Amino acid sequence: MLWTLIKCFVVGGLLCCVGQAILMFTKLTNARILVLFVVSGVALTLLGAYKPLVDFAGAGATVPLTGFGYSLATGAMQAVQEIGLMGAFTGGITNTAAGITAAIVFGFLNAICFKPKTKP
Amino acid sequence: MSDQQKFKEYDQMVKRMTPNSQYFQGFVRAFWVGGLICVLGQLISMAGEYWLHLDQSGVSMFTSIVLVFLGTTLTGLGIYDRIGCYAGAGSVVPITGFANSVAAPALEFRREGMILGLGAKLFQIAGPVLVYGIGSSVVAGVIYWIIVRWF
Repeated sequence: MLWTLIKCFVVGGLLCCVGQAILMFTKLTNARILVLFVVSGVALTLLGAYKPLVDFAGAGATVPLTGFGYSLATGAMQAVQEIGLMGAFTGGITNTAAGITAAIVFGFLNAICFKPKTKP
Repeated sequence: MSDQQKFKEYDQMVKRMTPNSQYFQGFVRAFWVGGLICVLGQLISMAGEYWLHLDQSGVSMFTSIVLVFLGTTLTGLGIYDRIGCYAGAGSVVPITGFANSVAAPALEFRREGMILGLGAKLFQIAGPVLVYGIGSSVVAGVIYWIIVRWF
């Protein structure tokens, strides 16, 4: 179990370091980095390169936003296998529905419950 | 070669080999905070598997829901912005950063109204992520369909 956590820590940390490198050397904003990570997650999954990383590192590969792209792409590909071309349109959101809905609902409740803080 | 020259060369070598401390610090911080958030995700998924007896897709749903909840709540409490200041991309890249990007503008623009303030700004950053994420997943699905069909 400890080994699993170490693998998870290292891979997750390295993915964040990639983000940090982009942040420091290119002046891209956070939103662009998030988009870049999701799209590259989708692309890597399609090329078959991301699945081995998920098998290796577990949450270390699925928690970073590339993992969001991974579950979008696997959802689409699985649905294509099951129901054909329509699956390309249904699979992605089906697989990530929990995360997206949680973000909307908790984001909404959060804005209702808390007052804006001044940024440090 | 005189001693003076040697010293000079050594100084240059030291300058070349020492990592730029500002960059180095940024990487270390992003690494350990990002890694720790991933370990937290792993622990949550293990807990879901062990105590709630979830299957594989259930575990990944459970993990993202809990992490998103943590991300939004910490944003509301003003803690996540502080983590962001410290960790840079270490707090942006994990899914908690996505949750933060949903919660923060919603919180900030609530005073502009429930519909066009809160409701619209909720997607200020998450919108592009979903547009390009879902768009590229459709492209991936279509490419996969072509590959399965004709090859």
